[in-house]
This record gives sequence, C-alpha cells and structure tokens, in this order.
Amino acid sequence: MVKKTPLYDAHLEHGAKMVEFGGWSMPINYGSQLEEHHQVRRDVGMFDVSHMTIVDLHGDQVRALLRQLMANNVDRLKQTGKALYSCMLNESAGVIDDLIIYFLDEKYFRVILNAANRDNDIAWIETHAQPKSVEVRVRDDLSMIAVQGPNARSTVDKVLEAEYGSTVSRAAEALNPFFSVHNNNNGELFIARTGYTGEDGYEVILPAARCADLWQSLYNAGARPIGLGARDTLRLEAGMNLHGTDMDESTSPLESGLGWTIAWEPVEREFIGRPALEAQRHDANRAKWVGLVLQDRGVLRSHQQVLIDGHVVGETTSGSFSPTLGQSIAFARIKGELPELCQVTVRGRQLSARIVKPPFVRHGKPCT
Amino acid sequence: MSDIPADLKYSKSHEWIEVMGNGDVTVGITAHAQDLLGDMVYVELPEVGREISAEEEIAVVESVKAAADIYAPISGVVTEINETLADQPESINNDPFGDGWLFRLKPTDADELEKLLDADEYRALIEAE
Repeated sequence: MVKKTPLYDAHLEHGAKMVEFGGWSMPINYGSQLEEHHQVRRDVGMFDVSHMTIVDLHGDQVRALLRQLMANNVDRLKQTGKALYSCMLNESAGVIDDLIIYFLDEKYFRVILNAANRDNDIAWIETHAQPKSVEVRVRDDLSMIAVQGPNARSTVDKVLEAEYGSTVSRAAEALNPFFSVHNNNNGELFIARTGYTGEDGYEVILPAARCADLWQSLYNAGARPIGLGARDTLRLEAGMNLHGTDMDESTSPLESGLGWTIAWEPVEREFIGRPALEAQRHDANRAKWVGLVLQDRGVLRSHQQVLIDGHVVGETTSGSFSPTLGQSIAFARIKGELPELCQVTVRGRQLSARIVKPPFVRHGKPCT
Repeated sequence: MSDIPADLKYSKSHEWIEVMGNGDVTVGITAHAQDLLGDMVYVELPEVGREISAEEEIAVVESVKAAADIYAPISGVVTEINETLADQPESINNDPFGDGWLFRLKPTDADELEKLLDADEYRALIEAE
C-alpha cells in the first residue's frame, strides 16, 4: 500500500508527476525539473518532505542514548534548538542512516530519518532505547515542508507573521543556521534553518491537518512546488550525500566523504561502530570519496567505472546533469592517488572527468 | 493525453517517422516519450552515412533523469542529423515533432514502413501502458 502525504491532492492540482519513493507516492516534478532546480537556486521553492520520519525521543537518558548511537557527538548540542548532522552506524561502521538531530531540551531530542530506512532505523533505535528507558515516539501526526532558496526565509517569515503572528515570525527570523525553534502553544510548529539544497531556508514541521493550508499560503507568497527530481540535482550540486546511494550499511562515513561528521574526541566515548572506524582511520589504502566534473559531453550516472591510467580504481555513487554548471557531475568512491583527471566509462565510452572536492555549487554559484 | 499527429507513423519504442517528398524519412521521439523522460540534457546522434538495420540502436537521448536508447524504426542510411540538438537538447521537450527531430534516413527497404503503427494504433499502445 503506497502512502499519501497530506499534500497529495495539492501535488495533483499543481500537475505533478507522481512516483513511488520509500513507500510513498511523491512528486518527481511538476513539469520541468530543470526549471524547478533554477527556481530554488534563484528564488524560492518548496518541497513536500512529509515522507521523512520524525521521531521524538523522551527520557532522562536520551543524551546518553544518542552518545552511543551516533558517530557525531550530541554533546556538541548545548543550546536549545541546535541541530546536528550525524551518521548512525552498525558495529562494522556501515551507515544505517544519516540524520539530523535537534536538541529541544535535556529530556527531549528530535531526529529526522530517511523514509526508505524507517522500519530499520526505528527497530535499531528502539533496541538501544529500551535499556535506557527512552521513549521512542514516531510522529506520524506531523508533516514537513522544506522551503529553500535565496528568498526562502523572507517568504516564510511573511507567511508566518500573517498566520501565526509576529512573535512566531520574529523567532524564525532570528534563527542562526542549523538552529530551530519549537512553538508548542497552539498546536505544534517547528521551524528549523536546515535543508538539503545548499541554499538558505527552513524546514517547517506542523500537524498534518494544517499542512495543506501552509502549502497554499506559501504558494500565494511566491514559493513554487519542487519535486524529488530537482531535490536530487540540488543536493548533488551541494555535495550532500544520499543514503542508499552514496553510502549504506556496507560503507563507512570515512569512505563516503563524511569523515567530518565523526567526533573522535573524547576518546572515551564508545559509540557503536567506533572500533571498526578506528581500524579504518589508519588504513592508508581505504577508499576516498570525491567529486567529478565531466569534461566531455555526456551524463554521469551512478555505478559507472572510474579509471586512472587505464586501471579501474572505483565507481561513481551518484551522478546527473548539473543545471547550474551546465555540465555533468558525480560523486565517486575511488582508491589510490588522486590526479587531476580520471576517465569514466559512460555507455561503453571513456570520458574525461576532473576530480574535485564537493560541493560543486554554493549559494547559487559554481565553486569547483 | 499527449499530442499524436495523424500524418506520422510510429514505432512501438516511441519514435515517430515522417515520410518526406523524396522518400527519405525524418525520425524523432514522440511527445509521450519526451514527457516520460523529462528535461533533455544530452543527445548522441549517429554519423551521417551510417547504414543501419531496423530495431538497431542508433542514438541516445539523456534527460536529467535517465538515458534512453533510440532504435532505428526502419533499415536505411543516415542522410542527416539534427546538429542543433548538441546545444539545444531541450528542443526535444519543447517541439518533439518539429525542431526536436533527431535524424533522417534513406530507407533501404520501403516495405518496412508498412509495419509501422499509425496514429490510432500508437494511441492504443500508450493507453495500454
């Protein structure tokens, strides 16, 4: 049974082409994926991300639980509302999922999981939460809209002021990047300055019953609906990983460009996967994760062979056409020395690609 | 439902075929096919002079989403390719039956044209999909 978000009818009204994604019927585009991509880079777009799983963790030992479950260290979360990106690892340091943790209060943290990993993640979290008496509450009563782009925040602030009053809109306006504000007076309204596009913006969580009204108000204020297709090219340009594609339970964060998310200090913190990660950390032969910019015409896709000096050194993990660069880009996991150029086997032909460090685009501008 | 011009012929793999005055044919992909593929970003066309058989892979169109093989709807020799597509692959989306044409062939077996679908048959095919 494919699930529908509260915005399903709104998507159809906007002419969406719907696809199944992670058990949900979601919009892939509303016409032109390229135009949607540019809309976010140049102005403001909105995404239905209600398929993502919102989980609230309550209890005296919730911080201790997250210290054990996450490769990043939740002790970096000291201020109310602060967000942290982390991988959740298995014992062999494979990535079960990547997620954002929000610190709401000392007994209440919120995590947002990928839709495709929902059941697996919840089972894993519950197994470890039980001994610590942490309650795992899946918030299927809530929905989420991401609003992204250079004009995203001003658009949302305006709508919030009109619909929720100036106290709420000013609190949103005052947010620093990677902070959130939780309004829980008159029904839930959670606003976070986070996203998955490389642009400024918010992710807004609210009761499912109110979601369609906010979507319409945002539309009236100038935000345009953006499908999963553009969401993928936006995150690719922004150098952001997609779980299940760029990393999974068989690859570690160190092999997936996510070494920066591992908190090695303090050494006493024994998070799950740490021994396996430590062993890999000092392995000079471990794979590296890089960005590729295609120099020839063509389009890079996932699972294409990467060659250096005629030898296969790895493969691409994600690839597409970058609408901002007008060239194809990819992520690749490769071994050995990194020269300036490599070859990628694209549909039987060897095309030349430049090896770069992601991101490819920052705040709407090419940066490689 | 996508536009399906009545004066064209069609293949089961979603190419359209127009027979021109001199007997040569122009080939492109249908409005329905480009709609499924989404925004085009790259097109690989055959060399002029290449001789091909019906149902052989002859070109590739790539959208942001995916790559799709284009098959020769009939046997023939490539007489012309749409070179403007190198810089404007979006013509396939904007005008699939016009500016978005892919290549032209001189048929080597005109009988093969009889096996292609007419507009009604093609409409029935995509409605059944």
